[in-house]
Amino acid sequence: MWQALYEELAEHDFVVLAVAMDSREGDAQPWIDAARPTYPTLIDRDHRLAELYGIVNVPQAVWIDEAGRIVRPAEAAGAYEGFRKMNRATREMPEDVARTTAQARTTYLDAIRDWARNGARSRHAFGPGQARAHVPPLTEDIAQAQACFRLGQFLTRHGQAAESQRFMKEASRLHPDSWCIWRQGAGVNEMGFAAQPDFWERVDGLGAKRYYAPVDMEGMP
Amino acid sequence: MVTLLTESGEHAVPAAQGGGDALWCPLRDAETATGFVVKPQGLCKDEICVPLPAGRERELVADGRVNLAALWRRLGRAVAHSERGDVWVLGESGQDRAAALASLEAPDFALPDPAGRVHRLSDYRGKKVLLVTWASW
Repeated sequence: MWQALYEELAEHDFVVLAVAMDSREGDAQPWIDAARPTYPTLIDRDHRLAELYGIVNVPQAVWIDEAGRIVRPAEAAGAYEGFRKMNRATREMPEDVARTTAQARTTYLDAIRDWARNGARSRHAFGPGQARAHVPPLTEDIAQAQACFRLGQFLTRHGQAAESQRFMKEASRLHPDSWCIWRQGAGVNEMGFAAQPDFWERVDGLGAKRYYAPVDMEGMP
Repeated sequence: MVTLLTESGEHAVPAAQGGGDALWCPLRDAETATGFVVKPQGLCKDEICVPLPAGRERELVADGRVNLAALWRRLGRAVAHSERGDVWVLGESGQDRAAALASLEAPDFALPDPAGRVHRLSDYRGKKVLLVTWASW
């Protein structure tokens, strides 16, 4: 998805930096090999970007202009929680939900196109006041969660799985909104997707709360 | 042997001692790992100085060592350590992170690609950057 966009917009001084929030050695490689992107793909083993930008899930995006200023802080990147209405056995989605999912994606990609072409004049590029208002909260609990997460990652790399798990749990307790933290500690199935009973249970536990926080963009569901 | 995980990376400090809530680290190693040095004004890095509490200086600096955990608590920054006290994360404060984002200056970072080549955000100054996260899960 990003490759086509990147090729389309590269002439407008636009680049995609795709960052894998993967920590297990070699996890990201097969996916990168399959996609064969020509934009940089980076590995963020310790979730440094989560710390710096308040990222909590994938896919999320941050828009940064030519001068290195944040134009749109971390938000869901055209993703929609249609998957919550999916038939978990057949993985089929109701038609209206599939349509909304596609609409969210198209709306987001079109907004990026508009920004690539028009820069600060794009209606999707936030001015400073709006950008500030959309910065995700970064609390002391979240800072402590990040410290626990980093320690947990180190302990895992050094073969101390049990102790690592304790720090992962603490990190998730302190930063419950972070799916990046939670999913790093949780297991994955043979396809590599975190479509485990644990995952569905946690998603269902959200109740009416959104899995992806609403994106402030015209036309976005 | 104590390993310190800080903003600047991983630092092995053989002469450091971590026990309970204290992390005593020789001054030179502390400077290497954190950038903090002892000055007349206190423990300083760049424009930040943490004064040594009058009459209780030894809580922070004593015998050529600094208690980095105590320093970090004074700074309001996150600290985490392993049960054995041999690995310490000296993190950031929510306040500092929030202030950094509120400035709207995109924080720089350095991350490797699969070939091991390091990319910094600042390498892409002059371009519009779409930073997008993904995962194999």
